[in-house]
Formats: sequence, structure tokens, C-alpha cells
Amino acid sequence: MSADVWERSVVRVVPPLRPRKLAKVPFVELADGRLQGVVSSGSDIARVYVSSIATRTHGYSCGTNNNRPCGGLHGAPCKHLRALVDEAVLQYGLDRVARYLRVDVGEGEDLVSRLDGAPEPAPAAVVFSRFLRHLAYLELPDTTEPIAELHWFPATRAVG
Amino acid sequence: MLGVQLAALLDGEVPGVEETLDLVAGFDAALVHGFARLDEEQAGRLAAVAGALRDTPLGPAVGEAVEKITAGSIGDEHLGVLAGARTALFGAVHDARLGRLDAALGRSRASWEEPASAPAADGPLGASRSWLQELAITGWRGVDHDLVSASDQAISALLGESRLRRLAVLLDGLVAELRASCPVATMDHVPARRWADLWARALLLTQPGVQGVAEPVGVVSGRFLPLGVDVHEHGTAVQIQVHGVLEPADGSSARLMRTSVAATKVDTIVGPALWRLLDGYPALLRALAEHRSADLADVPLTAAGDLLWREDQATVGEPADPFATARLRLADALAPAVPPLERHPVRIAEPVLLEGYTINGDTLDLDGNTLAVDLDRLPGCGPLTPELVAASSACVGLLRWDGGRWLLQPLAVQATVKRKAVEAHGGDWALGPTDPKVVKAEARAGDAVAVLRERAGRLLRK
Repeated sequence: MSADVWERSVVRVVPPLRPRKLAKVPFVELADGRLQGVVSSGSDIARVYVSSIATRTHGYSCGTNNNRPCGGLHGAPCKHLRALVDEAVLQYGLDRVARYLRVDVGEGEDLVSRLDGAPEPAPAAVVFSRFLRHLAYLELPDTTEPIAELHWFPATRAVG
Repeated sequence: MLGVQLAALLDGEVPGVEETLDLVAGFDAALVHGFARLDEEQAGRLAAVAGALRDTPLGPAVGEAVEKITAGSIGDEHLGVLAGARTALFGAVHDARLGRLDAALGRSRASWEEPASAPAADGPLGASRSWLQELAITGWRGVDHDLVSASDQAISALLGESRLRRLAVLLDGLVAELRASCPVATMDHVPARRWADLWARALLLTQPGVQGVAEPVGVVSGRFLPLGVDVHEHGTAVQIQVHGVLEPADGSSARLMRTSVAATKVDTIVGPALWRLLDGYPALLRALAEHRSADLADVPLTAAGDLLWREDQATVGEPADPFATARLRLADALAPAVPPLERHPVRIAEPVLLEGYTINGDTLDLDGNTLAVDLDRLPGCGPLTPELVAASSACVGLLRWDGGRWLLQPLAVQATVKRKAVEAHGGDWALGPTDPKVVKAEARAGDAVAVLRERAGRLLRK
């Protein structure tokens, strides 16, 4: 952003997200000091895994929404965590995810292999409730009352 | 819009605008640092705002608020007054700019009529007000993850009340930007004006007695001829605002009107998928996609010229080419008044038709007068691209004003591509993309809306 952002009412502050398939990983976010999200179970449509990686320690965790630890965590990130990272890279771009996790990784390199954390507990319930809050936006009634405030938020073209 | 009209629009500064914007910039600088940490210079800038408004009805209240705040007593009633002061300054800039535009175009505009008093928005506003107060005390530079997360509960409470939707959508947009910028102390350039705009508007919407929704002043029937669609979007909201000309059934003169639909969403729903969120409005989407008029029967109308769309009171009508509508009806249609609290330059979005120009990069030249084209404002849910705009020879667009200059936001263009005449309108994909490449990409990505609705259905109601 250049210096004239100071004097403009309309400035793009949040970089646009790239579209991606949502079926496997319906929710990814860079928030609360973690790359965190929700991964749909491959075998049970009613089950999801809550997976997260901390930015500083790279400590990772994965478990079901009923707080059962993921069986795939054997001293290394499970397939859910790998899927989480892959989808985060699709959504935010490799640069932004790598910067957020504070790792150096070149284009085309595997981000997961650069993480040097160990399993560590994470507040899965918080992440899951953030996911539910996220989904709840799709359930709110729409409106034909004009929202004048949205003039500050023009739709723009996605990049890439 | 003719070359001479553009020349009249651009002809010199409007007296007082620059000075007013300087006052606003002073206010915004104080908000960057936080009202708890005002130094002498920043206190002086707030005092200048009070000085400029001294002889207005706001004068005494603003004087007292600035005095109290510089003395360290930052009560929410004083902050509300300051937000009002900044809004009044921008109201003056808005009026000056819109007045210049109307004069240049020869556009006549209805005068504002206060609607009969409607019930004020009521509900869980206190938590939002406190959070906005906390922001003002801390200043943008002091914003961290904890302060951002402190808004969660306030916003959740607002989302439950449809009458408070405007405030909820506004705060959600601001919070997402703050979250993405945390810690703000390390940001190179704080978007000071933008965030102060959002802060001030939000604080006004939390004031007791402020109306959250636009009350209809009557109903109207007639033929609505769309000119184009303006798309608004942030992570959790999308709004389409259709600009058009209404030919009232009672034979009265044609009027410039808008009609909007807004939905909440999530940040992973972007591009052409946005239209699927609005699938409850098939008649409106069809009128857009097929360039047709809509015949309206007794549709509520607000004092600000907004038709409150009612799907069951609208019938998709005859084909209606937006360029023909612009050529034939735009010059003499009556423009609507602007509600007092919405008078901010960001809301200026006046439909115009430009023809016979040349485009170089992001600058349009019409008879030697140049106008910036806002190429950032081409929505990803439609076919308009910078290349099409560059190849265009006619454009229906919105005139906007930001950063001290006029900008053209294209809504539709007629262009020549590979020696063939093509036309593209922002709403062309309202019923689904028509470009085979985009259709294919959409099919690959799968239906984001359907996937998330399924997840919501399964997980939210357990």
C-alpha cells in the first residue's frame, strides 16, 4: 500500500481470497496465533476434525469435534493437517501462509516439511465454535433494505 | 456525459473542500494515536475541528466534547459528538461535490423530505459502543489481537437483530481489516481516513434514536429499466445495488432509482458464486442477466430513492438495453435526495453514460478532459475486465469521488475486441457465467455455497 492510503476512504486492506474447493476442508483461517481449521472426515459425513498449527512453536494438534485425538498423529502431522496446510496455501497463497507461520519456503516447496513442531494441545472447542459461527452467516436472512455502509467495500476482481 | 460536462465537473476546486479535508485529516491523525495519548499538536487539531463548527448548531456540544477529551475524560457521549462533528465536515464536502456534479450534468435532484418518525433501532448497541470507545482511546496504532477479538460478542449480538444489520455488516468489515493488520503498530501506512470513516459511521449507528433501516415513504408502480449493477462485498457480506430509471405508471416524470439485495456470506464464497447467495430473487437476477425491464406493482419506496425489492411484486418485462436507457432517459430523470446521515463522498455513485472517448491505462480522455477509471472496482462476479474497459468506446458507469479526485466505475461497456463489437455488463452472469472458461473453472471448484450449506445443515442443528 502506498502513502496515499492515508487520504482515501476506499482502500483494499484485506487481500482477496482465491476460490478453492471446500468439500474436504470447509474452513481455514489465520487467527489467534494459529493456522487453524476444520477438515471433513473421509469416512463419516457427520464427523469433522479440528486441526491447528501454532505460529511460533509450530506445535500442532488434530482431533474430532468430540475431542477425540486423531489416530493419525504419530510424531508427525497427520493427513488432516497436511490437507489444512494445502488448502490454506490455495486460499491465501504460499507467501502469506509462510509469513504467518514464520518459515522460509520457496515456490513449489513443501511447507509442512519446514515445520519443526511437536504435538501440543490446542483449544479445539474454540476453533470449532468459530467454524460454527462462520457457517451461521449462511443462515441469516437476506435483506432488500439498502446497506449504505457497503459503499466502503466495493467488490473487486480476485488475483491469480 | 459530454466533454463540456466533464470539463465543468473538473473545472477547478470547490472552495472550502480542501480546508475541510485538512480538518478531517487532523482528526484522523489523532485517532491513529488514540485519544488517551493526545499530544499538544493533536489536541490543537481537534480544537480546530471544534473551531470550524463553532457557529453551527453542533458548535457548543463539539466544543465541550473536545475540551473534555483533551483533558482525558473520554466518555462515550463525547465520542458520539466527535463522530458527529467529523460526519458533518464530510457532509459539507459531499454536498459541495454532489452539487458540482449535478450542475455539470444539469441533473435535477429531489429535495430531502424527512419521513414520518419511524421506530428507532433498538437492541444490543451498548457493547458495540463500548468497543468503539475502546478503539478511540487506544488508537489504531495500539490495536492488537485482544482488542479485535473483544468485538466478537458485540457483533454476534447485532447479527441476531435484522434491524441492526447495517451496523453489524459495517463492524464485521472493519474488524476483518483490523484482524488482518494486527499488530497495527507494525503497519507501514495506516488507512487513517478509511478507518476513521468506518469508526465514525459505526458510532453514529450505535446512538440511541438513530434509525437503522430505511423507512418507506410510500409505494410506487411502474417500469424499472436497469442501467447497471454495483456490487459491494467484504468477507461476510455481499450487496448488489441495481441503478436504473423508473417510469412511474401514473405518468409522472422518470426517476433515477436504486434497488438492492444483500446477503451475509463467508469469505470463501467469491466470484461468480456470489450470485448463488441471491437465488431467492430470480426475477431481479433474470432482469439483470437478460437485460430486461421489471414491471413493479406497489413496491415500497424510501425517501432516498431506494425501491425495496419485492420478488412477488415484480414481473420480468420486455428486453431493455441499458445503453438505450442511458441514452434516452438519463438526461432528464429526477435524481433522489440523500439522507442527512449518509452524506459522505463515498456514497456518491451517480450513473452516467460516456461515449467517444479514448482510454490510456487507467485514464479516460474525452475531448481533452481526463478522468480516472477505477479498474479496481470491477467485480469478479461479472465479465468486466481492465482489458475490455481499455478496448471500450462507450461506458455506463458511476461517477465517484475519493482521494480528492473524480473516478469512473464502469458498470457496462461496449467495446471492439478482435474487430468484433462486444458488450459486457456487470450483471451478465447473474444466472450463471456465460464465458465457457469461467463455467469450467466454476465446475472444477464445485459449488461452494452448496457445500457450506450442507455442512451448516449437518453441524449447526445437532
